[in-house]
Amino acid sequence: MKLRRKKAFNETTFLLTITITLFFAMYIAGMIVFKNNGFARLQVFLNLFISNASLIVIAAGMTVVMITGGIDISVGSFVAMSCMMLAHMMERSGYGAIHSVLIVLLTGIVFGFVQGYLVSYLKIQPFIVTLAGMFFARGMTAIISQDMISIKNPMFLSWATHKIYLPFGGYTNRKGVLVIPYIYPTVIIALIALVVIWALLRYTKFGRRIYAIGGSETSALLMGLNVRRTRLFAYILDGFLCAIGGILFCLNTCSGFVEQAKGLEMEAIAGAVIGGTLLTGGVGNVFGSLFGVLIKGTIETFITFQGTLSSWWTRITIAALLAFFIILQSLLASSKLKKRR
Amino acid sequence: MEEHQHVVLTMRGICKSFPGVKALQDVDFTLRTGEIHALMGENGAGKSTLIKVLTGVYELDKGEIRLEGIDHPIVNRSPEEAQSKGISTVYQEVNLCPNLSVAENIYIGREPKKFGRIDWKTMNRLGAELLKSLDIDVDVTVPLGHYSIALQQMVAIARAVDMSAKVLILDEPTSSLDELEVEKLFTLMRKLKGQGVGIIFVTHFLEQVYEVCDRITVLRNGQLVGEYPVAQLPRLQLVAKMMGKDFDDLASIKSLRKHTPAEDVVISTERLGHSGTIKPFDLQIQKGQVVGLAGLLGSGRSELARCIYGTDRPDSGKLHVDGREFAASHPIDSMHAGMAYLPEDRKNEGIIADLSVRENIMIALQAKRGVFKLLSRKEQEEFTDKYIDLLQIKTSDRDAPVKSLSGGNQQKVILGRWLLTEPDFFILDEPTRGIDVGTKTEIQKLVLQLADQGTSVMFISSEIDEMLRTCDKMEVLRDGAKVAELDGDRMSQESIMASIAGGER
Amino acid sequence: MNEKLKRITHYRLFLPLICLALVLLVNMIKTPTFFHLSIKNGVLYGYTVDVVNRASELVILAVGMTLVVASSAGTDISVGAVMAVAGAVCCYILSGGAVSVNEYHAPWILGLLAALVAGTVCGAWNGFLVSRMKIQPMVATLILFTAGRGIAQLITKGQITYIRVESFKLLGANIPGIPLPTPIFIAIIVVLITSIVLKKTALGLYIEAVGINPTASRNVGIKSKQIIFFTYTFCGLLAGIAGMIATSRIYSADANNIGLNMELDAILAVALGGNSLGGGKFSISGSVIGAYTIQALTTTLYAMGVSADQIPVYKAIVVVIIVTLQSEEFNRYMRKFSARFAARKAEVAK
Repeated sequence: MKLRRKKAFNETTFLLTITITLFFAMYIAGMIVFKNNGFARLQVFLNLFISNASLIVIAAGMTVVMITGGIDISVGSFVAMSCMMLAHMMERSGYGAIHSVLIVLLTGIVFGFVQGYLVSYLKIQPFIVTLAGMFFARGMTAIISQDMISIKNPMFLSWATHKIYLPFGGYTNRKGVLVIPYIYPTVIIALIALVVIWALLRYTKFGRRIYAIGGSETSALLMGLNVRRTRLFAYILDGFLCAIGGILFCLNTCSGFVEQAKGLEMEAIAGAVIGGTLLTGGVGNVFGSLFGVLIKGTIETFITFQGTLSSWWTRITIAALLAFFIILQSLLASSKLKKRR
Repeated sequence: MEEHQHVVLTMRGICKSFPGVKALQDVDFTLRTGEIHALMGENGAGKSTLIKVLTGVYELDKGEIRLEGIDHPIVNRSPEEAQSKGISTVYQEVNLCPNLSVAENIYIGREPKKFGRIDWKTMNRLGAELLKSLDIDVDVTVPLGHYSIALQQMVAIARAVDMSAKVLILDEPTSSLDELEVEKLFTLMRKLKGQGVGIIFVTHFLEQVYEVCDRITVLRNGQLVGEYPVAQLPRLQLVAKMMGKDFDDLASIKSLRKHTPAEDVVISTERLGHSGTIKPFDLQIQKGQVVGLAGLLGSGRSELARCIYGTDRPDSGKLHVDGREFAASHPIDSMHAGMAYLPEDRKNEGIIADLSVRENIMIALQAKRGVFKLLSRKEQEEFTDKYIDLLQIKTSDRDAPVKSLSGGNQQKVILGRWLLTEPDFFILDEPTRGIDVGTKTEIQKLVLQLADQGTSVMFISSEIDEMLRTCDKMEVLRDGAKVAELDGDRMSQESIMASIAGGER
Repeated sequence: MNEKLKRITHYRLFLPLICLALVLLVNMIKTPTFFHLSIKNGVLYGYTVDVVNRASELVILAVGMTLVVASSAGTDISVGAVMAVAGAVCCYILSGGAVSVNEYHAPWILGLLAALVAGTVCGAWNGFLVSRMKIQPMVATLILFTAGRGIAQLITKGQITYIRVESFKLLGANIPGIPLPTPIFIAIIVVLITSIVLKKTALGLYIEAVGINPTASRNVGIKSKQIIFFTYTFCGLLAGIAGMIATSRIYSADANNIGLNMELDAILAVALGGNSLGGGKFSISGSVIGAYTIQALTTTLYAMGVSADQIPVYKAIVVVIIVTLQSEEFNRYMRKFSARFAARKAEVAK
């Protein structure tokens, strides 16, 4: 028997298509407008990844949590805390680089566990829990140290400054010097993390359960899935990814201070939402979030190239984009509801 | 029944009580392989409690459940445990994840794996084969939410069957389907029946029972009325059994009405309709008239009331109030037009649980007056005391939270709330459900009093005798359409039940 | 005896009052001078005056937050940023765009009104997203939470705009001849007006009804969308007022620091005031006491040598404790636990 299939209109692909089109449109527009400033160079594109390596990882963690229907606004503060921990441990407490990194990763897991426990087992609104987490981590950063600590640990710096040259895309500049495009190890780590998370979400039971509880918690329960544990693990994974993100952030800045990474939570949320993750949960894709982050990076690059605009324009544009996509999602959802009736 | 059928499930002497209610008393139920067994009963009959006891949502107080192939009584502690024994349930609201693909929904929790990762190819192939074997034509890689509710339900059934269901419970699966979809569901059910699955079909649509079922078990007020082969139970008798009337003692119940309503029409509808729930409906209500809406659950009686009051917006037709065309964009408009509405679902749509008795009573009048004209504390207390007195609401204090009152008293609070607004037209949807007998009589008397004072009333109830006592006119609904309008001498239990049952059986 | 104790502990304001008493007690022991008052040049000085004065913005925000929580079961986390926006708008108008001025470029009242309008517009935007677009309150307000300070910096061109006019400082300091600082009076006026409006109109009842049961509220003729929209808009207006006080205190618009971390304090004040973050019944007085308690706590922590950056740690812990205590799941665990404990005790007794 043949049953009528609902119009094959997929809001996920729709949102993602908008995002990817938007990214390429913006990038091409940038190449035309800033033609003389070298916007079209490969290095400019690579810089998008270099300066946003940590955000890519954090947005992936945010995507995981948002697919469960939750949210995490503590990520910015946690990054600041990670940087401060690294800086303090290496410069003031005499830990080695490897030990410091491991301790930060462990802290991320513990932080994720506590937040996840409060959300999944005590059923406290994720927003309240992570809001508290946000203030806790920021305050903790200040408790560790209120100074700005620059990292001089040679091993850490060697990681941070190790350029990996690409075998292609080189060009000769005006002075006749060959410039070869390069990336830092941070980019590779970020991309590996991204692929791992993608595979985790797609090919493991845990990954599919995350989608299931975001799609319908009651259904997931009735289908015999352990909703609480899955949600807890999602937050732990998010905490772990935030710790990686924090380390990558620190590799970029090589310092720790209280005011670092302010507003990063919104950039991560915006990245996920712009990349097609639904605020209501159940739908999302880490590669979509990658494009969301790249859009933010492109806006930043515009502002740098333009030269006269101030940096807070980035934040306002991101907020406007976020608002736009949130409203779009809401309108899509209500039109779908109407169709159902 | 055919010879090769054997019993797959027996439930004997099932008892279950909740605080203050005996939901099931000594109920028996037997299911055979390859049969579709209808479980029927009106609201509060105990259908869903029985299902929940069977699937392990509730623990039973007494009785035993036996399943074919297990030589001791079984106890289910959770739906998963029931499922692992071969008892699966598909609900009216599809309990699958709309964001996952069809194949995934069938296999989640038991995905085929290869090299430690989910093997999507195999999963999609298996899913497609399974659905094909059941004649369900879908693309298994598409998110489930893109298909109609009917198809989602069939996927849910496919999942249940694939998890080796001996017993398949379909809990009101047809409520949100259109006729074509219902037909397709029935085809699937017959196919499964042919494969030897025992199906429990909970529904309140009589036609569907006679179309697809082999046997009927009727429950009423938590007790077993009986089990009958479909062929031996004509519709009219089925309705009588559900409503608790035997034809032998069908003594006519006298109407308590003394006054005759005035001629002027207060409310009239002209082909008023709401897609999916009510077909175009004509209705006229006179001043001081009590009009009853009879029909089984899901017949559209509550939906009609909601469309008139404006909680749901009708899609077609017109509504006239006092001769003028009227369209409410919000219930407040209807209130200003003189309407009042006591909803069927007291807990979720009626009371505001944390507010006090006083606040619950004064809130409708307050909303009518507007936010700036607050009733003075003195007025509020006066009104509250008046209705506590008039309706004999039992409460420790007028400022006690309304949630601390019993169900009957909560209902009286809502009645008081609306009486205070002095409505011209009062819609009462199941005002006596879950209320003790004494209060029931009081409410009936109140309705008569109101009518005598010139208020028009729309009275909805599952109990025919209380409507016979109070109504001047009865509209009988079936499947969202008016099937009879009865008044005067034509109004009797027999005529009403015959109309509800429909058909010529 | 037990009955009586139960009645006392179930009193709505029990928790906030106990907390306040606790904080005051700690202060009394640690800093004996805490309750000392002195008069210099006709102005009252002392720790307590300082606490009450400093708490003014928080009190005002807590009032708005209480209504938002009650009507929508969500919180407005943009209040701190909205304060900064209001301050920036005011200073921009009064300075005419200059970095520092010694006299007004526009009438003072114009700047004040513009600030309040800015706050109200921000609140209305939040209210629109929450009530019309049905977006979760926290996500909706997150947009202004981060963008707000950017907007404020845009207005002030990234600089701290100073208004070095004596009369501008009056809102945040003492009016000559009056012994108490002005913010105290503004806070009292806001609380009074709000309480009177809630008492004299049906608004308070509507807000509670919508928060408890939106469907039933609709059935009795209450327009829940309008109510929710109103609470957010009003919360924005109050954030504007608080922003004006904060701006006047430092006679400048500092986009980065005005209202910093205030959102957590405001939410904490509401929760500490005995209000459920799940919406419904509310008590303004509870939130007000909560706000003073938090300020007392903050001052105490300062006195103990904790820096402003570090204080959020302690507040975050308090928030988590309070919401855990409010959580139904937690209470269920506790009941289960105590039942098991009682059973074991009974067994031992046998």
